[in-house]
Amino acid sequence: MSLHTISVLVEDKPGVLTRVAGLFAARGFNIDSLAVGPVGADGLSRMTIVVQVDVKPLEQVTKQLNKLINVIKIVEHEPGETVERELMLVKVRAAGENRQRVMEIATVFRVNVVDVTRSTLTLEASGKSEKLEALIDLLRDFGVVELTRTGRIALARGDKGINDRGLRKAGGARPAEE
Amino acid sequence: MKVTGAQALFRALEGEGVDIVFGIPGGAILPAYDPLLDSKVRHVLCRHEQGAGHAAEGYAWATGKVGVCIATSGPGGCNLVTALADAKMDSVPVVAITGQVATPMVGNDAFQEADITGITMPVTKHNVLVKDPADVAEVMREAFHIARTGRPGPVLVDLPKDVLIGETTWSWPETVDLPGYKPTTKGNLRQVRIAAKMILESERPVLYVGGGVVKANASKELFQLATDGRLPVVTTLMARGAFPDTHELALGMPGMHGGYAAVTSMQKADLLVALGARFDDRVTGRLSAFAPNAKVIHVDIDPAEIGKVRQADVPIVGDAKDVIAKLHAELKRRQEERGGVPDRAPWLGQLREWLTEHPFRYEQPADGPLKPQFCIERLYEHAKDAIVVSGVGQHQMWASQFWKFTEPRSWITSGGLGTMGFGVPAALGAKAGKPDRRVVAIDGDGCFQMTAQELTTSRAEGIPFVTAIINNAHLGMVRQWQELFYEERYSQVYLSYDVPDYVKLAEAHGAVGLRAEHPDEVDAVIEKALSVEDRSVVIDFRVDSREMCFPMVPAGASNDDIVLTPEGLKPVKDPTEAPVA
Repeated sequence: MSLHTISVLVEDKPGVLTRVAGLFAARGFNIDSLAVGPVGADGLSRMTIVVQVDVKPLEQVTKQLNKLINVIKIVEHEPGETVERELMLVKVRAAGENRQRVMEIATVFRVNVVDVTRSTLTLEASGKSEKLEALIDLLRDFGVVELTRTGRIALARGDKGINDRGLRKAGGARPAEE
Repeated sequence: MKVTGAQALFRALEGEGVDIVFGIPGGAILPAYDPLLDSKVRHVLCRHEQGAGHAAEGYAWATGKVGVCIATSGPGGCNLVTALADAKMDSVPVVAITGQVATPMVGNDAFQEADITGITMPVTKHNVLVKDPADVAEVMREAFHIARTGRPGPVLVDLPKDVLIGETTWSWPETVDLPGYKPTTKGNLRQVRIAAKMILESERPVLYVGGGVVKANASKELFQLATDGRLPVVTTLMARGAFPDTHELALGMPGMHGGYAAVTSMQKADLLVALGARFDDRVTGRLSAFAPNAKVIHVDIDPAEIGKVRQADVPIVGDAKDVIAKLHAELKRRQEERGGVPDRAPWLGQLREWLTEHPFRYEQPADGPLKPQFCIERLYEHAKDAIVVSGVGQHQMWASQFWKFTEPRSWITSGGLGTMGFGVPAALGAKAGKPDRRVVAIDGDGCFQMTAQELTTSRAEGIPFVTAIINNAHLGMVRQWQELFYEERYSQVYLSYDVPDYVKLAEAHGAVGLRAEHPDEVDAVIEKALSVEDRSVVIDFRVDSREMCFPMVPAGASNDDIVLTPEGLKPVKDPTEAPVA
């Protein structure tokens, strides 16, 4: 089982998020994260879903998603051909000596401090999910009060957009070789 | 021109060519029932919304058109859920219209409120809550389009009371534009050529024909492909009649209770040509042992089915009618180039041998007890031209095994969901859609008790049909499993021959009630039943409860281990090791 990232272009109609989430639940596919937002004035939204699944079930996932009336297009993101990012806010205990240590980590990770109290610092971090996870791991030693992550978003590298034909459309039947 | 949402609803139904709807009114849907009085659409008042839903299914199966059912909000819509799930599983085109509480009340736990769009999301192809009367016409147009195109399925349209009452300007959309829904209907010619070559070169091919061929109205194309290519045909439970059972190339039904020849042909095939079939677990048996030496050509309109259960060597996405015609043309061309149909005498000879050595068997002793299979065979002899509708259980398997179907859409059953109680209401819907055809429902006594009240609908609406109850006083299929796998520990399967008294129950519902308990009574009772034309007839066939459905491939077993008789089954000592149904 591995993590796969797919982008799903959907019509922004009531219930579309429920439909997608419900489909995953009904078919037993595990959602690791889901980020969604509007992409323009034409009533479309883009979902980025990270699924924990093997390759063959992933094909089923995308084929079943394609059957939903409100789903316009699905693309599967190839690692290496994708720009991935995620945003996190994390509130960490940082009193006395620890304050300096936390600030050092923040500098190394190139993240910003967005809130300060006598006992805590809140950091805003963005980057690949692995970077955020590494940061959380280090901050644990100090005590994490709370944190929140947006979930991964992704765009394919290159000059094509999700609507362009050139991008491999996930979920089509592949023709046999002769 | 100004119309209310309710008036727009009926204009939309008329615009879609709907002639009959099945439903029950209620508070929230009330505004829709007024324009009904001025509409050309006929409304059949049912006695339970589930009956209305199954009637819409039976109508759709019999006619090939979209079936329509109507219910009110809350419990009305909830009562449709089973029928919608059934339609989704069997890909039946149905549009369900439900009332909903007024939009300001939605989400407030209002009287008779239920989140029916939420509840039916997983069991419909699509559903919509309409919030503006101006949207009614377009939503209805889209609903019918979605229900009948691509892989057919149920669509639910939820109409709040204020949307039905509110006013709008009438306009009927010329076209439907759904950017996220563009089914592929034309099969890829390159794939077709590869497939035709494979068929030509195969030595032990089998055409594995499923419900999709019936839905696509592709029987003629299938017949040409099979006969010109000399290709043997299995027809699944959902496809019975797509290829005539009387033809020498017909192998009959495969699956858990299929015939030996049909099941074994798929196991020994070197090529399976799946046409509108989905490799359901009832057909494949243990997947790792299914058709081990066969390459697979998979033709289906739903790309998600291809590769879902079994990897396809040649996937072809498209409408069965289109693809089978192309396949036939290509195969014929290649056969002519090559100098004729390949001689597959050894294979066809082997199939013929299996068919003659292992037909479906039973014994009807001259003096009784009356056997269920005998009743079904006698019914067949008297009513070959009928549309047969069944419930779910042993009687369903025997009906599919012993009836010889020659036409598509003459067999209507609940396959994927296996809904007990499907029989009577679906027969009502089938007869409503095909009033000139004789309709015979073969039902179980357990099933009959679930939905018998629609016999009253039959009488009140003048939609008569014959129901043959295969009354073995048990939930027969469950009883069979308990006998075979639970050491005859019978738990909650006894129903009684006499209670209810089916003859009296039939009469109470305005139908003729007849009974047969002895083999000598059967023909007379059937003739009497078929002679009644103005009302429904119920025949209580009191049959031997010990009869079991064979052959059988127990759940989880390989099709190679098909069991022909009860003696062939190893007794399961430990009920915890019994196969899971």
